[in-house]
Amino acid sequence: MRNFFPVITVVAAIMVIWYGASVWMNSKWVYDQAARAGTEVSFGELVKDTWSQERPVLPAPHQIVAELYKSTVEKKITSKRSLVFHGWITLSATLLGFIFGTGMGILLAIGIVHNRAMDMSVMPWAIASQTVPIIAIAPMIVVVMSTIGATDFLGKGAATALFGYQPAFMQGLLPKAVIAAYLSFFPVVVGMVKGLRSPDNMQLDLLKTYNASKSRTFWSLRLPSSTPYLFTSLKIGMAGALVGAIVSELSASPLRGLGARMLTGSYYGQTIQIWAALFAAAAMAATLVGIIGMIERYSLQRMGMAK
Amino acid sequence: MTTETVIKAENLDLTFHTNDGDVHALKDINLDIQKGDFVSFIGPSGCGKTTFLRTIAALETPTAGSVCVNGMPADEARKNRAYGYVFQAAGLYPWRTIRGNIRLPLEIMGFPKKEQEDHISKVLDLVDLRGFGKKFPWQLSGGMQQRASIARALAFNADILLMDEPFGALDEIVRDHLNEQLLKLWDRTNKTIAFVTHSIPEAVYLSTKIVVMSPRPGRISDVIESTLPRERPLDIRDTKEFLDIAHRVREGLRAGHAYDE
Repeated sequence: MRNFFPVITVVAAIMVIWYGASVWMNSKWVYDQAARAGTEVSFGELVKDTWSQERPVLPAPHQIVAELYKSTVEKKITSKRSLVFHGWITLSATLLGFIFGTGMGILLAIGIVHNRAMDMSVMPWAIASQTVPIIAIAPMIVVVMSTIGATDFLGKGAATALFGYQPAFMQGLLPKAVIAAYLSFFPVVVGMVKGLRSPDNMQLDLLKTYNASKSRTFWSLRLPSSTPYLFTSLKIGMAGALVGAIVSELSASPLRGLGARMLTGSYYGQTIQIWAALFAAAAMAATLVGIIGMIERYSLQRMGMAK
Repeated sequence: MTTETVIKAENLDLTFHTNDGDVHALKDINLDIQKGDFVSFIGPSGCGKTTFLRTIAALETPTAGSVCVNGMPADEARKNRAYGYVFQAAGLYPWRTIRGNIRLPLEIMGFPKKEQEDHISKVLDLVDLRGFGKKFPWQLSGGMQQRASIARALAFNADILLMDEPFGALDEIVRDHLNEQLLKLWDRTNKTIAFVTHSIPEAVYLSTKIVVMSPRPGRISDVIESTLPRERPLDIRDTKEFLDIAHRVREGLRAGHAYDE
C-alpha cells in the first residue's frame, strides 16, 4: 500500500502524456480528411477522432486494452486471431529455449571454473557470440535447421502417435528455441562463473583442511554460494529468451506467435494489433521474471540467506 | 605427563615468490610441540606466525626443511584429518544452520548419520551453544559465531587444534570470556593447541609454551615455558608470576624489533 500513490502517480502521468501524444500524432490525418471534405474540425471533434481511428499512428491506451480484450477473451483460444494462441506459441519457444540456454550456461560455467583450458577458450567465444546481431543470425538458424529437418519438437508422425494430432506449438519450435537459448545462455554463464568463484580463500582453505574432494567442494560450497548469482542471471536470461523467441518468429514459418503478430500488423498497418502484441509480450516477460523472483525469495529464505 | 612430540618443525624455511621479489617468510624454524601443550605464537605482523601455522596445516609448502605432525609429513597428516583449524573469521556457511555447519566436516569425512548428531550435540555443549543449533549464523553474535567455528573444528575428534587469531576481531570482554572457556575446553579434552595471537596477555594467560617470533625474515627469537599452573582463573593475570612471564615476552618482542632498526 505504501507504493500505491507513487505508482498511481507515475501511471497517471504516462496516461496524460500518451493521450496527449496520440491527439498530436493522429491529428494530421484528421486535418487532411477535413481539408479534402472542405470542412472545419473543432477541438472536441479532433480529440474524439484521434482517439478512435482504425489505423492510428499512435493508438490510445483504451484502444489497445479493447483490442487485447477482443483478441483474448472474445476469441476461441485455438483461433489464429487469438492472442492466447499466439502467446502460447511464443511462450513454449521461450520456455524451451530458456531451459536449453540455462542448462548449457550452467554446464559451461562449471567447465570454465574447473578447467583452465576452458577458462581460456570458452569465454571469448561466448562474448563473441553475443556481439552478432540476433536479427542477422536468426534467419540463418531457421534455414539451416529446416534444411536438416530439425524444426518440429516432435515430428508429425511421433506427435500423432502420442496425441492423435500434432499440437500447433510443436511445429517449427526447435529453431525458435535454439535462438531463444542463444540469447539466454550468456548471462547465465557470466553470472554462474562469478557465483562459483565467489567463495573466498578462507572458505576454500577450510575445505582443504578437511581434505575435501573437488566435487565435494562444488556441491557443498561453490554451488550454494552461487545461488544468488544464479537467480539474477536467470531473470536476465528469461527476458533474453523471450526476445529471442519473438525475433525468431519474424523469420520462422508457419507465421505464428507474438512476433508474427507484430510482423503481420506492420504489413497491414494494424498499429493497434502491434501494440496489443507488444503489451502481451511485456506482460508475459513481467510474469515470467516475477515467477523467478518468487522462487528466488523462497529459495534464499529456505537457505537462510535472506534476512 | 607424557612427552610425546606431536608437531615437529626442523630447519623450516619458506620463501614466497611475488612480483615484487622474494619474501623470506620463515627462516630456520625449529620447534617441538608435545602432546597436550598449549602453544602460542606471538609476534608483530609480518613475523610469519600465521604462515608457520598454515605450514603445520599443510596449507603452505615449505621451501626447505620439514614439518611432521603425528609422526607424518604435514600434508599426509592433513589428508588424515589430524587437526581442526580455526580461522580469523568464523566463516560459517550462511545457508546452513549452526548444526549444519558443524555437520559439514562430518559429512565430508563420512561419519555415519547417527554418530554425526552425537558429535554435534557434544561439541555444542563444549562451546556452550546448546540450544542454538537450529539458528542460522546471522542470528548469532560474532563471539557466538566464532565459538560455533571452534565447535566445527572439534567435531571430528582431531587431537590437534590450530587456531589463527580466532578472537582477534572480538572486543576485549568477549575475548576474556572466550579465553577462559577455551582453557576449560583444553583442560577437559586434553587436545594439543597451537594458537596465533598478537596479544601478550592472551598468550601468557593461555599458554604452556610461548613462541616469540620476529619479522624479516620470520624466525623464532624466544621460546618460553610457562610456569603457571594448569588451573588458571582470570585474576591470575594480576599475579607477579604472570607479569614476569609477560615481561619476558615483551623483552623478546622488543629484541626482535631492535634488529629491524
